[in-house]
Order: sequence, then structure tokens, then C-alpha cells
Amino acid sequence: MIGYLTAAAPSPAVDGVVDMTPSLTLVLAIGVLFAAGVYLLLERSLTRVLLGFILISNGANLLFLVAGGRAGGAPVVGTTPDDQMSDPLVQAMALTAIVITLGLTAFVLAMAYRSWQLHGHDEVQDDVEDRRVARHAARNAPAFEDLDTQDGDETLDDEAAQVRDETDGNDGPDEPPGSGGTGRGHGTRDRGVER
Amino acid sequence: MSDLYGYATLVPLPVVLPLFAAGLALALWRHSRAQRTISVVTLTLMLAAGVGLLVGADAGPVVVHIGGWDAPIGIDLVADRLSALMITVSSFVMLCVLLYSLAQGVADGDEQAPVAIYHPTYLVLAAGVSNAFLSGDLFNLYVGFEILLAASYVLLTLGGTGERIRAGSIYVVVALLSSVIFLVAIALVYAATGTVNLAQLATRLPEVDPTVQTVLQLLLLVAFGIKAAIFPLSAWLPDSYPTAPAPVTAVFAGLLTKVGVYAIIRTQTLLFPDGRLDDVLMWLALLTMVVGILGAVAQNDIKRLLSFTLISHIGYMIFGISLASEPGMSAAIFYVVHHITVQTTLFLVVGLIERRGGSTSLDLLGGLAKVAPGLAILFFIPAMNLAGIPPLSGFLGKVGLLEEGVAQGTPLTWALVVGSVLTSLLTLYAIVKAWNKAFWQTPPVELDTSVRLPRGMVGPASALVAFGLGLTLVAGPLYSYSERAAATLMDGVTYVDAVLPDGPEAWVDAPIAGGDG
Repeated sequence: MIGYLTAAAPSPAVDGVVDMTPSLTLVLAIGVLFAAGVYLLLERSLTRVLLGFILISNGANLLFLVAGGRAGGAPVVGTTPDDQMSDPLVQAMALTAIVITLGLTAFVLAMAYRSWQLHGHDEVQDDVEDRRVARHAARNAPAFEDLDTQDGDETLDDEAAQVRDETDGNDGPDEPPGSGGTGRGHGTRDRGVER
Repeated sequence: MSDLYGYATLVPLPVVLPLFAAGLALALWRHSRAQRTISVVTLTLMLAAGVGLLVGADAGPVVVHIGGWDAPIGIDLVADRLSALMITVSSFVMLCVLLYSLAQGVADGDEQAPVAIYHPTYLVLAAGVSNAFLSGDLFNLYVGFEILLAASYVLLTLGGTGERIRAGSIYVVVALLSSVIFLVAIALVYAATGTVNLAQLATRLPEVDPTVQTVLQLLLLVAFGIKAAIFPLSAWLPDSYPTAPAPVTAVFAGLLTKVGVYAIIRTQTLLFPDGRLDDVLMWLALLTMVVGILGAVAQNDIKRLLSFTLISHIGYMIFGISLASEPGMSAAIFYVVHHITVQTTLFLVVGLIERRGGSTSLDLLGGLAKVAPGLAILFFIPAMNLAGIPPLSGFLGKVGLLEEGVAQGTPLTWALVVGSVLTSLLTLYAIVKAWNKAFWQTPPVELDTSVRLPRGMVGPASALVAFGLGLTLVAGPLYSYSERAAATLMDGVTYVDAVLPDGPEAWVDAPIAGGDG
């Protein structure tokens, strides 16, 4: 029994006693946390993804506080009149969520560390299918000219050929066109596991 | 709680037993034999409790108010027919997979797996799955999900090899995201209604503004949809599952997505019974079936192929749910039971194939029918079952769905009927392709014929194949049980009355201990 006691606050749907007008500060904070969190979640580095997850989780915890209605007195029977109590249930739920987030954070950190041990970086790698598509693209590169060349002389095919595929070992493209290694984040790869 | 010998005593067992056993197994991490005994005994007891609940819940939902606090103040565990059925099937499947993995020696470190952690994690996974099935409270459902997900993260990255960390990163990030979405949904549900108790939500949500209801429903659907691997949210699955050890993949494929499907069934029937998003669900079901199976056709690795058929066949269950009628729902429930069994069996058998043939790639396998005819039969039966060849259980489930789709007769349900027949045929095509290459083609590389399959691995796999066949034999009783389960789900009153016998809002006026009312 983790204590989901709703004894204190009569719920809003029943008699509308609880003031549900949210505090603007909290709402803004939630918005900022979610926006920053989503941005970080879209990064490739596991550490940043983790930071994003933590931000969003904290946003969700604040959302719980908003969901509980306006803050009131301590929800202890006898010290605060019933209609002035804070809702303790949302706090219990937020606490549970915080604990779960803590555990998962530890796990993701361990995973990021292991990834760094193995590959020298902690970036989420392309999946099998993406790598296969990239290899096909690299093999077909001479067959057509890529006109949408971006800055420099790097074509989409070059980029595709450079898609990270450490786990493929040697069965990658034999000689990917333009394998100069100018892609983003490749500098980290060579730091390796020299321990 | 007063009646110690009633069915209510059984309700918490599937959650409490494995959690205690997990602690015990962790404490005994040096003694692998003791760990094995604990796991096997626990899962057997869970299975027994599940069977007991199956009988008990047939008379009406069995409700336990934990800590003696009546709903909605306390948390309750509710075992209605659907929950009991899911608990029973999942315990049986988990037991078979455990025995298989014992024989394979995953638990003994053969595959670079840490010895000590496998059993406790597996038991925690069992507890999480049971908690999700039994929960009568939205937040407790979230906790159940987190328990099983946390365990699944560990099992998926067991040993921490490069490939598993790669797959694990994708899986973990996606799962974390879905958990946060679920959490946000719970917060908003609470803000709108002031409760997270499912039975109370069922009475309060209809009073909420319809737009808000739709938002809540969509949020929950997205959260559960990621877990159930419904089409636009399914890309993570075929990339993460195949890299894990065979038994882990088997249990994930069989159970984890079905927990998501279960959550969708529960929320759709109990919280949002007015069918607002049924059309959306139908489209999703259609896309899931077709896109999933097209993915399967393109694969040449059996494990990846099966992962795609897994996604594809989730579409059938969503089809059944979206029909929002008793026959549709009962077909969906029957299909869930069938699919848990068959998909798990297939992954276990693929584990055997990998052991015998040294690979799961269809380019490297061949000629297995000659060197291992028994294995061929073990693969063939569940494969045909998956494709839905009569008289196997896959066929029966599909017929139920098709009948109800035709009976409803709207253009969309007709499209679904056509889509599901097409999917069934393509499943047959994909699976026959796998069969031809793995079992009939001339082996591209000479097979090592000295490998003997351990009897301990073949045994549980055969038991599951037999169980899958048995589903056909008991299809009559099982289908009528599913129908009764669907009837309880669809009437919407039984569940609420069982949890809140004094009426949904009676507790508000009741004096609270120590309070002044």
C-alpha cells in the first residue's frame, strides 16, 4: 500500500470544491521542461537523450502537482480543515514516478557507459535496416549523379556511406566513395577503448 | 479479505509470489541450483493461482482491496475473466520458456550472461506482467508497466555485448518515451476527473467534456500503442527483439506486446466505451497488418521475419477491439491467447534451429528437414497455426474476426476483412519461404551434424507446440470463455459494480476514519 489516500480532497468532479486554476509559473515551467526535453530526446548521444528524459519526467511531475489543484495546507487530518488541504494523492504519485525515474536513469547511465566502453561513444546507432539501405546506396553511388549536393563536395551518397556501422565489422562497403571521414561525430570513434 | 479460503486470496499471488521469489533468488545469487528451483516453483505456483482465478472469475470479477482500504481510496487488484485468462496463459508460457532457458544454459553463463541476475529479473518480469493484468487502478497499471519494462531492459541487454547494447539503446529510449506519455496521460486524467481508479473513472469520464475525453483517449492509445507495437509506432520492435537470447525474445514477443493490447482492451471497453476513435483504430489495424507483413516478406533472417509477423498480427487484435462489439472482442481475446502461444513457440523453435543449423539467416540454413525431421515438425505446426490454416487455432480466431467484420458490413470493416485475408496469405507466403529455405534447400554450407539438441530445450518447445494444438481441441470451451469475458467487458457495469459495490460515489458521504466528513 503505497498510500494513494484520497481521504483529504474531495474530488473536483464531485462537488467542484477544489480550485483547479493552475499557476501560470508551473504551466510555463512544464512547457519549457517539455520543450527542452523533447529537443534533447531527439539527439543521438545517449547521455543527452537521458537528460531529455529527466527533463520531461520532471515536467510530468510538475504536471501532477498542477493536476492536484491549488496548494493548500498539510493534508493531515486534525491540523488543516478538510477544504483547505492539498491533495496528497498527486504527491504520492509524483514521488513514485520520481523513484522510477531514478532507477531508470541509473540503468541508462550504465548502458551509455557500456556503449562508450565498446565503441568509444555513446551514440544510438543506426538499425540493421538503415545500414543495409546505406550500403545499397553506397554500392549504387556510381550509377547516378547526386545533384542535390550540399555545402562542400559531400553528396547524400557519401553521407549514406559514412553511416556508422561499427557492428558490421568488415562486411561494409568495400570502398565507399569519399570515405574521408568528414561526417559528424566521427572524431569520437577513434578515441576507442585504450584502457 | 475475511474469507481466507476464497478466490480473493489467489488474486495478489501472481504479483507477490514472483516479487518475493526474485528477492530470494537475488539473495541466493551464488547458488544457481537454488535459484533455478525457486524460479520453477514460483512460476508453477503462479500458474496454479492463474487456473484458480480462471475458475473463480467465471462467477464474477474477484476484487481485492489492498490493505483493507475499500475502493476508490485504496488500490484494488481485479481479476475478471480477461485478466484471469491472461494470467494463466502468460504464467504457462513463462514457465515453458524458463525450462527451455534452463536447458539452454542462458542462466549458466554460456552466452556471456551474468549468472546471478537472470532469474531475479525474469521473476520481476513475471510480477510486472501480472500486476499489469490485475491492476484496477491506472497508476498501478503504470507501475506494473514500469516493473516489466525495467526487467525487460536488463534481459534485453544481458551480457552487454555490442549488438545487444545497440538494440537495447533503441528499445530503452522508445520505452522511456512511451512511459512518459503514459505518465502525462495519467496526470491529465487525474486533473480531469480527480481519480485514477478504473471503476470510478468509468463512471466519471462520461461527465467530462468530449474533447478532453478524446485527448485523454488519444494519449493513452499512443502510450499503449508504442508498447503493443501498432503500426506507426512499431519500428522499434524488429530492431530490438532479435538480438536478445532466444528465450528472452520468445517471452518478449509472446507477452510484452500483449500487455499493451490488454491495456488497450481495458481502457477502450471500460473508460471510453462510446467508440469515438473506433474508425481510427480500424485504420491502424489495417495498416499494422499490411505494413507489418510486407516487412516480414522482405526479410531473410527468421528472427526478424518473425518480429515483423508479430507486428502484423497485433493488427488482428486491434481489428477485433475496433469492432467494439461482443463477437469482435471475444475473437480478439481468443486471438490474443492463440498468438501468445504461437509466437512464443516459434521463437523458441527458431532458437533450436539456430542451435542446430548455426544461424538464423535463411541464406545460410538449409536441408534441416533431412537432418532434423523432429525440428521440422516443431517448426511446421506453429508456423501453419500462425498463418491460420484450418483447423488450427489461428484459423478459428481469424474466422471469428472475419465473421464480425462482415456482419458489421461498413466499407471500412470490409476493407479490414480483405486486409486480414491478404495478411493471412502473405503470412503463409513468408513462412513457407522460410520453411523452404531453412528446411528444404540444399545447404549452402555444410551443416555440422554432430550437434545434438538438448532434450531439455526440445521438451518445453514441444510442450508449447502441443499446447498450441490443444487450443484447437479446447477451442469450444475457450471460445465460449472468451465470449463471456467479452460480455463482461462490454456491458461496463459488472466491473464497476464488483469494485464499488455501494455505488460509484457512495464513499464520498461515508465518514472517513478520523475525519469530520
